[in-house]
Formats: sequence, C-alpha cells, structure tokens
Amino acid sequence: MKAIRQGGGPGTAATVLVTVILAFIALAWTLPSFGVLVTSFRDSKDIFTSGWWTVFPHEAWMKTGEIAVDPSLDLDGEFEMEGSRADFPTWRTGVETKPGRLLKWYGNKRTRKVEIFEKRWKGFAANLTLENYANVLAAGEIKYKDANGDVISRQGNNFADAVLNSLAVAIPATVIPILIAAFAAYAFAWMEFPGRKITFIIVVGLLVVPLQIALIPVLRDFMKLNLNGTYLAMWLAHTGFGLPLAIYLLFNYISQIPRELLESAFLDGATPFVIFTRLILRLSVPALASFAIFQFLWVWNDYLVALIFLGDKNRVVTSALAAMVGEKGQDWHLLTSGAFLSMILPLAVFFALQRFFVRGLMAGSVKG
Amino acid sequence: MNDGKNRAWTLARLALTLALAVGFLWGGYALLRSYQGSKLLLTLIAVCWGVGSVALLYFVLNEAAEALPRKAKALVLPLVFAGPALVLLFWFLVFPTLRTLVLSFMDATGTGFAGLDNFKFAFTDPVMREGFLNNLLWLVAGTGATVGLGLLIAVLADRSPFENVFKALIFMPMAISFVGASVIWKFMYAYKGEGTNVTDIGLLNAVVVAFGGQAQAWLLLPFWNNFLLILIMVWLQTGYAMVILSSAIKGIPSELLEAARVDGANEIQIFSKVIVPSIVGSIVTVSTTIMIFSLKLFDIVRVMTGGNYGTNVIANEFYMQQFTYGNSGRASAIAIVLLLAIFPVLAYNLKQFSERKAFR
Repeated sequence: MKAIRQGGGPGTAATVLVTVILAFIALAWTLPSFGVLVTSFRDSKDIFTSGWWTVFPHEAWMKTGEIAVDPSLDLDGEFEMEGSRADFPTWRTGVETKPGRLLKWYGNKRTRKVEIFEKRWKGFAANLTLENYANVLAAGEIKYKDANGDVISRQGNNFADAVLNSLAVAIPATVIPILIAAFAAYAFAWMEFPGRKITFIIVVGLLVVPLQIALIPVLRDFMKLNLNGTYLAMWLAHTGFGLPLAIYLLFNYISQIPRELLESAFLDGATPFVIFTRLILRLSVPALASFAIFQFLWVWNDYLVALIFLGDKNRVVTSALAAMVGEKGQDWHLLTSGAFLSMILPLAVFFALQRFFVRGLMAGSVKG
Repeated sequence: MNDGKNRAWTLARLALTLALAVGFLWGGYALLRSYQGSKLLLTLIAVCWGVGSVALLYFVLNEAAEALPRKAKALVLPLVFAGPALVLLFWFLVFPTLRTLVLSFMDATGTGFAGLDNFKFAFTDPVMREGFLNNLLWLVAGTGATVGLGLLIAVLADRSPFENVFKALIFMPMAISFVGASVIWKFMYAYKGEGTNVTDIGLLNAVVVAFGGQAQAWLLLPFWNNFLLILIMVWLQTGYAMVILSSAIKGIPSELLEAARVDGANEIQIFSKVIVPSIVGSIVTVSTTIMIFSLKLFDIVRVMTGGNYGTNVIANEFYMQQFTYGNSGRASAIAIVLLLAIFPVLAYNLKQFSERKAFR
C-alpha cells in the first residue's frame, strides 16, 4: 500500500529528499519553543549577555592571558603588535594576529593592557539552574542577577497562584458544558418537544458567532450580579460560549446511537434519566473525550475572556504571563520559565490524548 | 389509600433533596466567597462545588419532574434536559447579540441614542481603516501561508517513512496559547539595541548578523512587522491545516493515484490534477476556519505590540474602545461589523444543516 502511494519505494532519492525537507521544516517549527525551554533553565546573568544557543558546545573566543604594553610604544597612528599593524580604534575592537588568536586593547590608551583571546571549544558545562522557576512561582520578593552581575530584587509574579486559578477555572469550565450539552443533545435527539427544530437551528447558527458580540452585555450582567473576578463568572461564560459546539458535536454522536438499544431499555421500565446516565453517557465516551480536550485547551489557553471577566483578580496563567510581558518585558529568565509553566499541562494533555483531539478537530471544523 | 401514602412519601423525599441541594449550592457559594485559607484547598473546593452543583441540579430537577403526573411529566421532562442549555445559550449568546445591536446605535455610555455615528466611525475612522487593512493582510497572507504550508507538509508527509514524528512536531504548537506563543516569538525577535558590547539574544537578529546583516528592532519595522505577527499564527495553525488535509489525502483511493501513475503522470501533475481536486472540500473548510480565526484575532497583537506601530486589528480596537476609552457604543458597532463579516459562513452552515435532514 505505502509503496504505491509513495510513487517510489523507501530509500529512493525522492523519499530522501522529502524526508530532508520535512526534517528542515520540523526543526524550524520546534526551534522557537526549544529556545524558550533552554533559556528557562539558564542563569539570569547569562541570559542577559548571550544567546541561548551558546549553551551548546561551540568554538568561542576565550580570554587566556594579558600583555602589559611597553610604555614607550607610540599609540598615535598605526602601531605593530605580534606582527600585525593597525590603529588604536581597530586594536580596541580586536585584531586576529594569528588564526585562532585575537589581541584586544583593554579600556582606554592609558591602561597599556592588551587581552589575549584564543578560540576554544566551550559549552560542555553550561550553567543551568531551576532558580528562574522558583522566582516566577514566588509571590514575595525575588532576587536575581542582571547583565552586570549586580543583584536586583523585585516583586514576584506569583505564578503558583495563577496555575491554581487556571485549574479552578478550566476543570469546571470543561466538565460543566459537557454535562449540560450532553443532556441537551439527548433531548434534541431522542425527545419530542415544541420548538425542538428551531432551537437546534439557532445552535448551529451560533457556532461561528464571534465572542466579541456577547462580551459587553454579559460584562454588564456580571457587574450587576457582582460576579466579576470570580471563578463562577468564568465557568458561566465559558459554558455559555462553548455550548453551541458542544451540543452540535454531541448531538451528531448521540443521534447516531441505534434506536433498538434505547427502546429495549425503555421497555424494561427505565426512566429517561436512568437511560441517559447509564447508557448514553457510557456510549458517548469518545465524543465526550474529544470535546473535553478541545474545551480544556481552549479554556486553559484563553486570554480574552479571562482579561475581561477576571481582570487583575484571580489571574489565570495567560493573563499573568501577558501582564508579565507588560511589566518585565526584558526579564527573559522569568518570561521563558513562566511561558513554559503555562504550556506544560496543555502539552501533556495534548500528547497523551492526541487521538481524541484530532477526532474533535475533524468534527468541529465548522467552529471559528 | 396506598397511593396517597406513596405520594406523600415522594413529596417528602423531594422536599428533602431540594433542601439539601439548595444548602449545597448556597453553602458552597458562601464558603467560596468568604474563604481565606490555603489556595490549594480553595481550588479543590471550587472544582468540586462547581461540578457537583451542576450534577445536583439535574438530579433534583429530574426527581421533581418524575414526581409529576404522567401527562405533565411528558411535557416537563424535555425542559429539564434541554432547559439549562437553552437558558445559558440565550443568556450568553442570543440576547447579548441583540443587546449589542441595540448598544451599537447608542452613545458611549449606552444611555442616549446616537444614530449611525458609531458605524460611521467603524467604517471611516483612520484607526479603523488601518485595522481593516491589517485584518485583510491577516486574512490573505495568514490563511494563504497556513493552508499552503499545511497542504505541502501533508503531501510530503504522506511520502515519508517518518511521517508521524514530523507531524507531531509541527502539530505541537496547537496546544500552546496565543499568549505563550507571543512570548516565544517575542524572544525570537528580541533586540538588544546598538553598541560595541551588545550580543544578540534573539535568534532572528543573531542569524541576520551572522549573515552580515544589521540587527533590527523587528517589531517596530513599519508594515513588515505585521508579517512577523502573522508568522506567529501560521506557526500555531499550520498543524491544524496539516492534520485535516492529511486525513483527506489519506482518503483518496490508492487506485486513483496508481491509475494516474500508470498513465504516465508526474508527481506535480498528480498533485494538481488528482490530489487537490479530490480534497477541495477540506481545503475550503480549513481555509474558512482559519479566516474566521484571523478576523477575530486579538491575543497576539495585544501581547506583542498592543496594536501600536501600525499593527492594529479590529478585535484589538474593539477591546480598546470598550476598556481603554470606555465607549461601549463604538465597541458594539465593531462587534456587529465582525458578525457581519462572518455572516456568509453562518448562512452557509445553516444551509448545509437544513439540507442534511439531521432530524428524523
């Protein structure tokens, strides 16, 4: 099968070329996240002064010694050292006198000091630390070294709280819409009631409606109810906004369950509630799981809804991270570790349950 | 006689469950409002209370409905099952849409009538014009690049022995938030300024300098900075396009490809004459989804530039109008414009659905 599809067997020039191109794209796709991951473990002083790629073995100029320059040497115009001639500004930026050997004037003319640099392999013992994570999780005062190695102390961003807030928002905001949508999908699929068809058409229409259309009125309601900044507000909002897709997906699944299966249960005298909890929910596990992953990733990664209904109270990871970009835009040791902390859980869920996620994507590609 | 006793017993049980449920709902709410102890415990309580309340709600409502006489029960039971969903849908989507429509004709505070002023702003103000043009750029360049790359990768991966590894790596950003992705790319674009002792810590500048170029403050670069922001969406969404298109390609019958090869078609002809026509439906679906995405796009622009340096988009202007300038009239008009832009897709979905005969 595979050989036919490939148009040439494995190992042919075409297959090798395709693999090389794909490897290049995959590398380019992974590099940005990888850089952030590496940086999050580096010492803050190192981050300020060198690129993250320098933690890997590479050839670099290393200072190996100093020369005290003869006080009689005339520094005006060009002058010679170790067989190379150059003027003072050039000596200050460095001159390679021999391959792999660099001389560089230190400071101003009066120092009469030249530093010797040689090309050496370095990076086998990168200076890695967990301190950034401790700092970004902390709530109180944190200390770290800036580019000059001076200790700076600032207020921590309390990411530990943000992670807990995200959990407190995302778990119920995933389970609640599933439950509500499953009940509704069952009613739409297997019960008779007036207005059934028209309400379901409304659900389909709402699938692509942009969130922005609802934000201002809902915000006003929440202000009247004094709900802003609470988990409850987030659960309600994410449930309301997630319901159309949830009902649509679960309806498609639940309406396909064979009628005979349900009829025999009815004949045994089971109530709709019992049929729903014992039979429907159990049969719909694949669809429930697909939507659960979808909704969990959506809620965990959401920024807009959290920004508007939580504000600065009970910050979730996305809003905490965004706030940190605003306050500490150059503190990459905190930003990278914060970013990585915000990504761990969704990435784990994603890789563990990718199969269900892909199925949900396929079924839900009508949603915007 | 026995019947009456049963009835009394049912009612008593119902009253008790109801009281317990109200106690649980209200008690949990009061506890969460006043709780001051450990955050971890609070999180646990909140999760249990939130999920438990909803489950309890259905249980109690069902108990109550089942206690009704047969005829009333048949009427009320569907309401118990579908009711909560309908209440939320109307509260959070249907009524807000109508209320936003009304607000869009009102003044900044939503109290006085403003006629068409807000829409005049939405369509003629220079800020909005910039937003529209940028959104158009996102729509065309973003969707084009995402779908094009996704298709290329899907076709190539179909021919590689390491298909699954490559696909997983390219798909991975789908799990990352737009805010997280913005931090990742802000770091890629980082610029340290000029000077003798400056080493670049941003990969883009390091690569540019290594090839003899000049380090730049990329996000301040007029016009081109938009493409650097669009690149973030392409990075995030290409995996989605790839997955959908890849499964469509796998659905093409092998005989079709084989027959084309026997007829002497080369790979490029097979791609353009066999593969693309067979998956055109999937390409349209993916493109539509990503276009809707790029119309509503907010997070990336908000975090990367705040809409400054010529990168503003409509959804960011919506946020600015409501929360920076406090003008709910203008913000509502922008939301209505967004809805209008998406309306063709909405209408198409409804048409498709009514043709499907989902209801028996």
